[in-house]
Amino acid sequence: MRRIIFWALSTVTTVVLLFGYHTSTMGASASAPPSLVSGLAPGQDASSPGQTTRRTTRTSTRTPTRTAAPAKTAAPTTGPTTGPTTGPTAAPTTAAPAPTTKTVTGPVVGTAYGPVQVALQVQGSTITAVNVLQHPAGNPQSDQINSYALPVLVRETVDRQSANIDMVSGATYTSTGYEQSLQSALDQAGL
Amino acid sequence: MTGTIGDGAVHRRVEHLMGMPISLALRGEHADDALADEAWQKVIDVLCDVDRVFSTYRADSFVSRLDRGELALADCPPEVAEVLALGEQARRESGGAFDMLLPGVDGVVHLDPSGVVKGWAVERAAAALDALPDTDFCLSAGGDLVCRTKVHDAPAWRIGIEDPLDPTSTIAVVPVHNGAVATSGLAHRGTHIVDPRSGRTPTALASVTVVGPDLTWADIDATAAFALGRAGIEWLEQRGRQGMAVLADGTAQLVNGMSESGERTVGVHT
Repeated sequence: MRRIIFWALSTVTTVVLLFGYHTSTMGASASAPPSLVSGLAPGQDASSPGQTTRRTTRTSTRTPTRTAAPAKTAAPTTGPTTGPTTGPTAAPTTAAPAPTTKTVTGPVVGTAYGPVQVALQVQGSTITAVNVLQHPAGNPQSDQINSYALPVLVRETVDRQSANIDMVSGATYTSTGYEQSLQSALDQAGL
Repeated sequence: MTGTIGDGAVHRRVEHLMGMPISLALRGEHADDALADEAWQKVIDVLCDVDRVFSTYRADSFVSRLDRGELALADCPPEVAEVLALGEQARRESGGAFDMLLPGVDGVVHLDPSGVVKGWAVERAAAALDALPDTDFCLSAGGDLVCRTKVHDAPAWRIGIEDPLDPTSTIAVVPVHNGAVATSGLAHRGTHIVDPRSGRTPTALASVTVVGPDLTWADIDATAAFALGRAGIEWLEQRGRQGMAVLADGTAQLVNGMSESGERTVGVHT
């Protein structure tokens, strides 16, 4: 049932993506993408709720100065969400023209790994591929001398209990499972 | 644990973010003072910022809006492109065992860079701790961690590798002065890793641990190797990675992508 929404939005999506790219490359400081780096400074949080809300509003409502078309086509976003839920999904799917595939290229961005440029292949509103036009290269810790050894198996029960470890590496554990974990025991011992 | 450096003990902090424990161990000059507090706060701020941008659980994150087609890449922070580029590189190098485009419960392919974000974010957050002079640290996010030793003649951090079949004990210990340790498996969260090529949960391995210079790639490689199953061990060795795999029956197998054994120095740049 979501497909018809996707189909209905496909035109909008393309326009939105193109506008989004266009806007940012025009370099208006107000619309420049925030950097995570600024998050380091309290009070300059790039992803603050205010900023997020403002950006959401901008993309969903479309200012009249851009063009009237996106505003009009954006209207169905509220319509079909209730409409198709009752109808069969097969009919709209077959009736809809196949969504066109677009490639939307992002700007070149500087990273700790070097300059990076990525293009997204978008079909309708679904991202179908990520293409890397410019690869990151190099080591972000170029002045870091890395040193580590191979793991040493601790088979004996005695060794396991007295392994004298500082931290535990394990399969991703959640906060829920943390209370019973070895890491939790270590953290409590040091507090 | 109360390992010591000089006469300074290991000081620990824990915070729960994004549904997982973030654990920090500090030792040395600024292990337990105002500078340590400040650095720890920066670590938390960076991780929270990353979550706001990348979380697939937040409908208002940049990645969620990018996935829905509401935003263009150019509207996202530059870090999004950086992470996507890393993920795409991982997909190619793993023959598709690592993929950011995964079918969701709705049957539609969604953008999910979570497999890149965790290690990358911790590595990024560690920068605040790197700035602490004469202070060693080990920073872990849900079992994936970064170690640094800056104090002269300081001992290596001793990292226990959890036994996936018995999470209350360790199966191995790895000493790390400077580097990263990442482990992928199903031990705590159940079936959270899916082989993108088959859509199924891999079962040949119980866990894969990668020890390397950089947590971004240690985490990616551990995840990809786990998805590859038995073939993941050979794949890691071909990539020149070190670590270990625990097979489904509990047998541990060391991965040594380099011929010589013992402590070594890698990645030295002038």
